[in-house]
Amino acid sequence: MTSPAVRFDKVSRHFGPVKAVDEVDLAIAPGEFFAMLGPSGSGKTTCLRLIAGFEQPTGGAIEIFGEHVEGVPPYRRAVNTVFQDYALFPHMTVAENVAYGLRIKGVDKRSRRLRADEMLSLVKLSGYGDRKPAQLSGGQRQRVALARALVNEPKVLLLDEPLGALDLKLREQMQGELKSLQHRLGITFVFVTHDQTEALAMADRVAVFNEGRIVQVGSPEEIYERPRTRFVADFVGGANVIEPAAAARLGLPEGLWSLRPEKIALGGGDGEAIRLQGRAQEVQYQGAQRRVTVDLGADRLVMVVPAGVANFGEGEPVALSVPAAALNRMEG
Amino acid sequence: MSERASFLLKLMAGAGLLFLHLPLAFIVLYAFSTEEKSYQFPPPGYTTRWFAVAWERQDIWAALTLSVQVALIATALALVLGTLAAGALARTRFFGREAISLLIVLPIALPGIVTGISLRSAFAIADIPFSFWTIVLGHATFCIVVVYNNAVARLRRTSPSLIEASMDLGADSFQTFRHVVLPNLATSLLAGGMLAFALSFDEVIVTTFTAGQQTTLPIWMLTELIRPRQRPVTNVVAVFVMAVTFIPILAAYYLTRDTADVAGSGK
Repeated sequence: MTSPAVRFDKVSRHFGPVKAVDEVDLAIAPGEFFAMLGPSGSGKTTCLRLIAGFEQPTGGAIEIFGEHVEGVPPYRRAVNTVFQDYALFPHMTVAENVAYGLRIKGVDKRSRRLRADEMLSLVKLSGYGDRKPAQLSGGQRQRVALARALVNEPKVLLLDEPLGALDLKLREQMQGELKSLQHRLGITFVFVTHDQTEALAMADRVAVFNEGRIVQVGSPEEIYERPRTRFVADFVGGANVIEPAAAARLGLPEGLWSLRPEKIALGGGDGEAIRLQGRAQEVQYQGAQRRVTVDLGADRLVMVVPAGVANFGEGEPVALSVPAAALNRMEG
Repeated sequence: MSERASFLLKLMAGAGLLFLHLPLAFIVLYAFSTEEKSYQFPPPGYTTRWFAVAWERQDIWAALTLSVQVALIATALALVLGTLAAGALARTRFFGREAISLLIVLPIALPGIVTGISLRSAFAIADIPFSFWTIVLGHATFCIVVVYNNAVARLRRTSPSLIEASMDLGADSFQTFRHVVLPNLATSLLAGGMLAFALSFDEVIVTTFTAGQQTTLPIWMLTELIRPRQRPVTNVVAVFVMAVTFIPILAAYYLTRDTADVAGSGK
């Protein structure tokens, strides 16, 4: 059994009274594309910085490929980071930026230029080596940052909100490219994001952070289909959270449930389904679908109606059904 | 109506600039005057002999040498201390940070005479005799400020993740300073250094209190004004001082033009 790429054992990072990271356990497998997802201030970025070595834990142990790294400075760790603002050195050319790590290692000028050019072609920026970062677009800078990190052949690549500064179209394109790059290189990727679509689209596994703790770790399907807590259900994909009292009112089995909006059907459904009557309270147009908040008296459910189904106005009666299998029991 | 107002404004602005800079033209003019006792206008004749006379005067060379040495060493001292202070104060937050920042910048706001008197009494209390180094110390107080102001402005605009990126890529603190921090500061330090040199080179007030019997070039000029003869020689030296201080200030302006951080250049 090989040791995990990154292992956290009860790792804490407290800033005075603020528990940025609080007793986090974590194991990231070698070659995994791992996402740390959470709202801002949830501790995900601090965790990334703990792996990079920019922060030191106030408690617990961190291992990278089986080696303890507490007290090891960033420049002696086999990890490299792609920064949120890319952090390209403005006074160096693109090629010099990419070759920086090799220059520090003492690689001679010719071989490092060669390696830099190789890396630039890997990120599809051949011929850009002699430009300055200021002459590049946001997407190109991001690729340079990626090349600059990868040239050092890190065991783990850390990405801090890698796509946050890009516009939607570029973001979707880069998601695909990052994924295929990771697949080709076989390097462990750990990336931090607050965007659940990004995490679900790219990661092999997702850790959801809240208030300095990991609340759930699992495959994107597990996180999305079977959230364990109210927080995960709400943060990832905005599921309906049905409290025990509401469950009783709606004729659901006893317990705390989450229910994905897209699993609620219009009309009667099959024999097993739970049928409900309500009124459309708010209809939000979203292009391919409409998001409808249905008022059920004491409770509200959000459902999604695909485009093409006849529109209904606010205040109109809605008959809906919830398949029993769509209900996910949560812990609280 | 607006055309007229604009013309009037131009006229006023022109008059203001003329008032500021015309005296400089007179300095240059009188450097060539044949009249050596008074500032007679127009000069009765023109000659370049005062440049030759100035060249021969040993006291001028001595004063010039002292001024250049003081300015160079004060600037070097300011570059090191100003950069270190900027590095410490640019991004960190600690108790008393604002107070320290104010204390560093204070000498440039303080009247030179106050700095001069306080330094003089401090030297007297500590029983330090006047020397080359007392002048350097006096000048360093305000030279540090211009270097600090330039460096701190640049550091504040430099992304903190640059330093982390460098360390992430394998560079230790020293390598990071050498390959990332210093190159980013270079133009602002050059600008700050040149301003510091220019400030030190023509400083009179603080120098009078810290020089003792030594004569820097500006002090030499001040004493020379009282002498009845060879007045144009002083003007020749003044022209030289103008050139020496004007060029670095102009260069500093161009170096930091697009970054707008030549700060504290107004002593």
